[in-house]
Amino acid sequence: MSRLAATFEALSKSGRKALVPFITAGDPRPDFTLPMMHAMVEAGVDVIELGIPFSDPMADGPVIQRASERALEHKMSLRRTLAIATEFRKTNQHTPVVLMGYVNPIEAMGYEDFANAAQRADIDGVLTVDLPPEEADECVALLKARDIDPIFLLAPNSTDERIKKMDAAGSGYLYYVSLKGVTGAGHLDVADVESKLNQIRANTRLPVAIGFGVKDAQTAKTVASLGDGVVIGSALISKIEANLDDLERAKKEIVELLVAMRQAMDN
Amino acid sequence: MTEKYNMPDERGHFGPYGGMFVAETLMLPIQELNAAYQQYLDDPDFIAELDADLKHYVGRPSPLYHAERWSRTLGGAQIYLKREDLNHTGAHKINNTIGQALLAKRMGKTRIIAETGAGQHGVATATVAARLGLECVVYMGAVDVARQSLNVYRMKLLGAKVVAVESGSKTLKDALNEALRDWVTNVDNTFYIIGTVAGPHPYPAMVRDFQAIIGREARQQCLDQAGRLPDALVACVGGGSNAIGLFYPFIDDRSVRMIGVEAAGDGIETGRHSAPLCAGRPGVLHGNRTYLMEDDDGEIIETHSISAGLDYPGVGPEHAWLKDTGRAQYVNITDNEALEGFHSLTRMEGIIPALESSHAMAYTMKLAPIMSKDEIIIVCLSGRGDKDMQTMAQREGIEL
Repeated sequence: MSRLAATFEALSKSGRKALVPFITAGDPRPDFTLPMMHAMVEAGVDVIELGIPFSDPMADGPVIQRASERALEHKMSLRRTLAIATEFRKTNQHTPVVLMGYVNPIEAMGYEDFANAAQRADIDGVLTVDLPPEEADECVALLKARDIDPIFLLAPNSTDERIKKMDAAGSGYLYYVSLKGVTGAGHLDVADVESKLNQIRANTRLPVAIGFGVKDAQTAKTVASLGDGVVIGSALISKIEANLDDLERAKKEIVELLVAMRQAMDN
Repeated sequence: MTEKYNMPDERGHFGPYGGMFVAETLMLPIQELNAAYQQYLDDPDFIAELDADLKHYVGRPSPLYHAERWSRTLGGAQIYLKREDLNHTGAHKINNTIGQALLAKRMGKTRIIAETGAGQHGVATATVAARLGLECVVYMGAVDVARQSLNVYRMKLLGAKVVAVESGSKTLKDALNEALRDWVTNVDNTFYIIGTVAGPHPYPAMVRDFQAIIGREARQQCLDQAGRLPDALVACVGGGSNAIGLFYPFIDDRSVRMIGVEAAGDGIETGRHSAPLCAGRPGVLHGNRTYLMEDDDGEIIETHSISAGLDYPGVGPEHAWLKDTGRAQYVNITDNEALEGFHSLTRMEGIIPALESSHAMAYTMKLAPIMSKDEIIIVCLSGRGDKDMQTMAQREGIEL
């Protein structure tokens, strides 16, 4: 069983939901990421989504785009993202790490070289925002052959047919983007999410993590009651952005937010 | 190739290129767009409305003009200019915006968005939006807003809101990113009019089909005026919509060479250029797989060209396919060479070309002399140069 499947199964048995933070590798500096990952684990997170910086993050809002820009200023890359994950794994063998990004850096490395490198780095899942199942056959096969879970996105406008497609192509979990629009935008409509989750559940048995629009402990608790996991990204990166001159403080504020979410979700 | 050319496949692939590389949120909208496009492509009412607009509003057919003096001076092939500069709004862009706007209207969309580089596509979009009474937002890189202020003003006069995009390199690619973000957010009432043959399927095929009127007319006009098909076609390639519009109706005419001219900026060897087909490699950007300007890590790199309209790190996927199959050739022209082409056509024929089109003119100046006098080149004069007066004057140290 993959590390992701085992994590979601253990959570399910204890009646808890996964807390899944997203940070961009190398934001705001390459040496910030690894200690941040360990600190997040101590704060009680279950899975870490590690963003691969990309020059043209079309599906992301301004907050995550600026995170990519800060990382790229320090020459962060897919290779160096994998190197950080490798370092992380040296002292943490239990927290699943999911790479999240756009397909072009992966194409530039080559699908097979990437799959091999991800396996060596002991990566658990890969979520490629702009690689829908229609275009993903080759990449999915290479990842699955190495026990790496391909993670797919679902949107409010995904049809039954498309949910079934994601269910067939994906493993580990499905990531439901609970708002139309880009990351970090708008407000969450709980009733909408609930009815959509019913439709998703009818078409897949994979765990469903919900992201986009989770800002604080209260929204995390609400979202946790609907899905199997809660993804939080822009709200964490905003903490980095607000404390660029004091990164220790950024780290402390991120940890505090995650601890508060963890408590709200577990109670 | 003995079979008739029939690309893309039903999922929008031109061989390994093209496709639908988009986030899930955009999947449904592009499928809806594709369904609507397939429906109206053969709808007699739609075609009739489009044809009438192209005739009475755009001013088509555009002339195919035999540039006799220029041909004589260059001393080789006979050069015919396809005069897209004479269209309403001054470039080929309106052929496509008219088509997509009519499609938007039939789909019940009330809001139009677009990206623009030089501003020609933005102006052409704002124009049709004004005519159809649709709300219009145009995304434009902040760098381009500065160098194409005249077109920004035109768009505002036409009632469009122009959003200066401050992210990334602040040029066309960033405007496209921002327009995609808008579309993802406002997909219910919004139609995204992409200005070139890029983006996810069905855009590359749809924009090509709307621009193919350039080549259909040129083919017939050449037969009527010269009594035979041309020997070569020349067109500038940024995203590549005027080029594919000219090339497409000739693809099965195997005797006709097709040559796309990319922007070499300061020179390919300097790395400061916009020539992905000549000096890039395949990758995925803006919803399709094609040749890109990227670094070893797959990050998109900044492009350089004197012409804002060619300043784009990708190119339409069909051009990538035509390059790989050898059906078309792709060459490049530096900023300085383009300026020579600009001045030469202006002084020889009294036609001031856009800086984008000047790249095609400059390559024609190399090609015509090595061809014989009874051979024919059709060059796409994709736009007029009025918008570039500021850039030209600045470059020559003149204050307007």
